[in-house]
Amino acid sequence: MQKFIARRLLFMLFSVFGATAVVFSMSRMTGDPMLLYAKPGGYGLTPEQEAFIRKKLGLDRPLVVQYFMWLNNVVHGDLGKTLLDERAVTKIIGEKWGNTMQLGLAAGIFSVLVGVPLGVLSAVKRGTVWDFMGRTFALLGMATPQFWIGLMFIFFFGVKLHWLPTGTKYGYEAFPMSWDNIRHFILPAIVLGWYPAAGFLRITRSAMLEILDSEFVKFARAKGVRGQLVIWKHAFRNAIIPPLTLIAVTLTGFITGAVVVEQVFAWPGLGSMAIYAVFNNDFPLLTGITLIFIMLFATANFLADLAYGYLDPRIRYE
Amino acid sequence: MAEAKAVSGLRRVGTLAQRGWRFNVRWPVLPSFILVALILTAILAPWIAPYSPYKTDLLARNAPPFWYSGWYAENPDVEKHFLGADYVGRDLLSRIMHGARISLTVSAIAILAGMLVGSTLGLLAGYFGGLVDEVITRFVDIWLSLPFILIAMVAAIVLGTSTNVVMGVLALLAWSVFVRNVRAEVLSLKTRDYVALARVAGASTSRIVLSHLLPGVVNTIVVIATLRVGQLIIAEATLSYLGAGIPSPTPAWGLMVSEGRDYLSTAWWTSLFPGAAIFILVMALNFIGDWFRDRMDPRLRQL
Repeated sequence: MQKFIARRLLFMLFSVFGATAVVFSMSRMTGDPMLLYAKPGGYGLTPEQEAFIRKKLGLDRPLVVQYFMWLNNVVHGDLGKTLLDERAVTKIIGEKWGNTMQLGLAAGIFSVLVGVPLGVLSAVKRGTVWDFMGRTFALLGMATPQFWIGLMFIFFFGVKLHWLPTGTKYGYEAFPMSWDNIRHFILPAIVLGWYPAAGFLRITRSAMLEILDSEFVKFARAKGVRGQLVIWKHAFRNAIIPPLTLIAVTLTGFITGAVVVEQVFAWPGLGSMAIYAVFNNDFPLLTGITLIFIMLFATANFLADLAYGYLDPRIRYE
Repeated sequence: MAEAKAVSGLRRVGTLAQRGWRFNVRWPVLPSFILVALILTAILAPWIAPYSPYKTDLLARNAPPFWYSGWYAENPDVEKHFLGADYVGRDLLSRIMHGARISLTVSAIAILAGMLVGSTLGLLAGYFGGLVDEVITRFVDIWLSLPFILIAMVAAIVLGTSTNVVMGVLALLAWSVFVRNVRAEVLSLKTRDYVALARVAGASTSRIVLSHLLPGVVNTIVVIATLRVGQLIIAEATLSYLGAGIPSPTPAWGLMVSEGRDYLSTAWWTSLFPGAAIFILVMALNFIGDWFRDRMDPRLRQL
């Protein structure tokens, strides 16, 4: 077990390292970040001043050196400063982090609370109208582009019906929970959570179907255990394991989704910041955000592995 | 009669309507029809589209769909636009038809490239095992932990936005899933007796891999490809929507949705129809993919 944890931890560090290296070098290929300050010789910038700024930012060193300088700072909790207004990246991430997490949490709750029960229902009532509805819900979630369904929700529920705010979050928090605050989360959370909910539904359904067909469930039924008890105690407990592995996949979905959904709903989170960073060629900000996303993903993956092993003792650790 | 012939594999019971329904359940009739129709539209777009997708007409700015006859009565100078027109008066239907070309070619080329690279690596990793396997698998793991959308956006800005870049980026997204599944398949196939016998008979490595293992994993490859195309189409549309995909004024569906975004409250059709086109195409592809999987490779059901 310890060996397994150590192995996974090592791999986690390795993947974070590799991924940031890729992103860092790519973000530096977007062009000379010096151009953000001034064109060569522009705005009365003398070559000496230009050389000074370049040196101050470390842009005169080779790319590899710049990466390790950055990595060294990261280990010391310093993600550098944004190029445009020289604010600390950690500070910006700290400000926006909560908004993205709240949205992700809301979407996660939505996807599990909708996906898993619908998956069970779909499996238990296989072939009925319930099954059909559940599977349609999943198919829709898999086939609709998030940016489009987001815009359509805004148009329909916000502009036409005036039921819900169109999601702009400024000044609204998930906590304290008041109806006015929660209202702002409904549309973005559904849009972000639909695709993962579809995934949860499908995997829960197939796991439930497999287990409902197994010998011990048949035996439980044969000895006269009540139907509901068989479904929840015998079958569901065993069927919940496969959806757990999906958590990691779901998280990547959230990361991609967060960028899109935050853009659509003008949500001031890390996703919006990432788009801002890319279009302003702000590489410290972009690498910082990417690092956070990668670490989040790696940690979740690691925890999912452990949970999987804990819940299903049949799994052997290498 | 033609229908009765086609369902000859089923028991011939029930009325014609019942048999027709069973045929519909057993074969992906409607999705195939939609897919074929969209492919034909894509091929024939220059000839069947009512207008040029680039022709602007400032009188027809945000012209509504055909059922708003009142609007067309008030503006008698404007030509009829079946699905309306966008913010510079380009005909939406024509742009959607041409958009089918972009979506289908980009995703088809990307999935083929991803399929080729991914399956090759999967075969190598599975067959050779050891260090080759370790390197390839670890690389795939790292690759899957990258936030794809950020990488794609950076790539779009490094290399400029163009159709070729989008294809490349999508291929980079597509390949990894092939490696994992093909590798797993090869791992079990290579322990079979027939592979050992081929080796005893003196077959070379390339012969074993290409003519003994590859045919065994073709089903898996095809099933994954059909299931993945839809996701690639959505990824392409998402990148175009964010401004990091197909550049304007090319009629790409994602781009059209984003162009209509600012006019959502007054001209909803400019965003709704292109997005609906993406949705219908992906839905059809997913249905066909699911059907294909259940028929050819039910073990992949968890994908």
